[in-house]
Amino acid sequence: MSKPFTPKVVTANALLEGDVIYLTEADTWSRKIGEAEVIEDAAHGDLRLLLAQSQPDQVVGAYLADVQITDDGPQPTHFREEFRTRGPSNYAHGKQVELS
Amino acid sequence: MYHYSDFDRDFLRERNAQFRAQVERRIDGSLTEDEFKPLRLMNGLYLQLHAYMLRVAIPYGTLNSMQMTTLADIADKWDKGYGHFTTRQNIQYNWPKLRDVPDMLDALGEVGMHAIQTSGNTIRNVTADHFAGAAADEIEDPRPVAELLRQWSTDHPEFQFLPRKFKIAVTGAPNDRAVTKAHDIGLRMVTKDGDAGFEVIVGGGLGRTPMVGKTLREFLPKADLLPYVEAIVSVYNLLGRRDNKYKARIKITVHENGLETIRDLVEDRFVLIQPEFSGVDQDWLAKIEAQFKAPEFIESSVAQFKATYHEDPVFRSWADTNLTAHRNPDYAIVSISLKAQGQTPGDATSDQMREMAKIAQEYGHDELRISHEQNVILPHVHKSHLPAIHARLKEHGLATANIGLISDIIACPGMDYCALATARSIPVAQQIATRFDELKLEHDIGALKIKISGCINACGHHHVGHIGILGLDRAGVENYQITLGGDGTETAAIGERAGPGFAYDEIVPAIERLIYAYLDLREDPDETFLQTYRRLGLAPFKAALYPEVKANAA
Repeated sequence: MSKPFTPKVVTANALLEGDVIYLTEADTWSRKIGEAEVIEDAAHGDLRLLLAQSQPDQVVGAYLADVQITDDGPQPTHFREEFRTRGPSNYAHGKQVELS
Repeated sequence: MYHYSDFDRDFLRERNAQFRAQVERRIDGSLTEDEFKPLRLMNGLYLQLHAYMLRVAIPYGTLNSMQMTTLADIADKWDKGYGHFTTRQNIQYNWPKLRDVPDMLDALGEVGMHAIQTSGNTIRNVTADHFAGAAADEIEDPRPVAELLRQWSTDHPEFQFLPRKFKIAVTGAPNDRAVTKAHDIGLRMVTKDGDAGFEVIVGGGLGRTPMVGKTLREFLPKADLLPYVEAIVSVYNLLGRRDNKYKARIKITVHENGLETIRDLVEDRFVLIQPEFSGVDQDWLAKIEAQFKAPEFIESSVAQFKATYHEDPVFRSWADTNLTAHRNPDYAIVSISLKAQGQTPGDATSDQMREMAKIAQEYGHDELRISHEQNVILPHVHKSHLPAIHARLKEHGLATANIGLISDIIACPGMDYCALATARSIPVAQQIATRFDELKLEHDIGALKIKISGCINACGHHHVGHIGILGLDRAGVENYQITLGGDGTETAAIGERAGPGFAYDEIVPAIERLIYAYLDLREDPDETFLQTYRRLGLAPFKAALYPEVKANAA
């Protein structure tokens, strides 16, 4: 039996800035994970990933990342994805200052 | 130091123009990412966790003040006002934008610098002893040979698609400060009948399969160096595995085929290609050597230095830890620590870079070095200038007196920046340094090298740390493995794994237990951590690291 599908978001880096970005329901890209579309089944996930990969002029390295659903919308489950939502821990650089 | 010729400048201009066009074609959609990626990597441009990263080569770690100032200007203009010096004598910018990178490369080109072959399966930046040309224990300055290798390997058509990356390190001194035994090729200068030549070491490397390099040739005459190195790389190019990325480095080629087989193949190849060199490499080397003439040392009284040393305890402490013997007894080699406790190892702000450049220009014969231990060196300083230099460094947060001590930690960028990392390394380094500073134990502990990598690829050289720390992802949680007894010098050894790893909030207390155990176990304050470890082995340190296991067994 295959593992049950866990909720996911499509994430990538922006081509020009390199920023971490997330695919929204409106087919746009957001810098905030909370605005990402939550994908609940594998087939839909494949479609959304294909859409992301068909935009090489905007994004690089799109993939599906696991999330948990919270009151603030989708949030990462793995520490690597958590770091990607905010930036490095040694300086106040990246999203942790740019998004606030 | 080496100054670019018209040929070098033209080559770089053309190459940068090509890359500029490649970036434009990527942005306008003519190139896919799959097509663009190998092109950007050939020019040192990575895509990391939060942004692009540009890795700029500092060949054999040598810079002049103008180059250092340019690095500072680039940090201000196109990045966030700082740079990160790496364990391979490179500098990395963590926040460049894709559109700006061609301008950054042009700015570097203006001062004879580039980012070529700082990535990809090619011969990477050739590294060297950071005290080269200055150290009291040196046979000869190894940098002319390193520069010859740089010119030969740059854009070498045969070696642009090797099975895997290829790293060469050179040292001119018997005390190995260039970790030559952990490189694909390590060149250690030795003498035979009064002539300088090289012990050629091959197949060293860290990463997922750490190995100490093996001696391929006990003594290679200097004149044979380039054809011999070319013979090694071409044998590897044919024999190295391309079916499995993890078995593609030359250390595996040597391990699987045996040193004897490799030696026979290299010697055969060497005999074949040597005549083709026809001495042209030696003409080049002679021209390069002429550019590496020692500076004209000044003669002046060192009385002021001696007086300050006796009167000022802060200066004395700094002088005791951060100075190394120069071959001119009135001179000193100054190591500027980029490891202020609590700061990111290897990072310098643009202001700090400019200040170091100014000091080098005013007092240091215009030379700076970057060490693989992520510090900056002023290789030639007359002792009379040391008090003034120390005062200037202090004003800019650069006078930390900790070279070779517990807070002089090597750390890779880890998961704070790197896309390959499995855990963070920078905050672990910051916390260890801060903790032992609070305990005021640093100087009592003495010589100790802690090296931290945030993944198995070992950019932080953890295998050759007296204490090595490897950050891993264990079931979705950061976990840190400790290795003990590693050594990156001429007595190279791979550290031994101490046991199960520690969680992020357990790693600093674990290191603290280890250090207290050492302080109890050492025979006297002169016995270093590594010496104590070699005398007693793993057992007593293991007991200190895992007290609960000991308690359960009792």
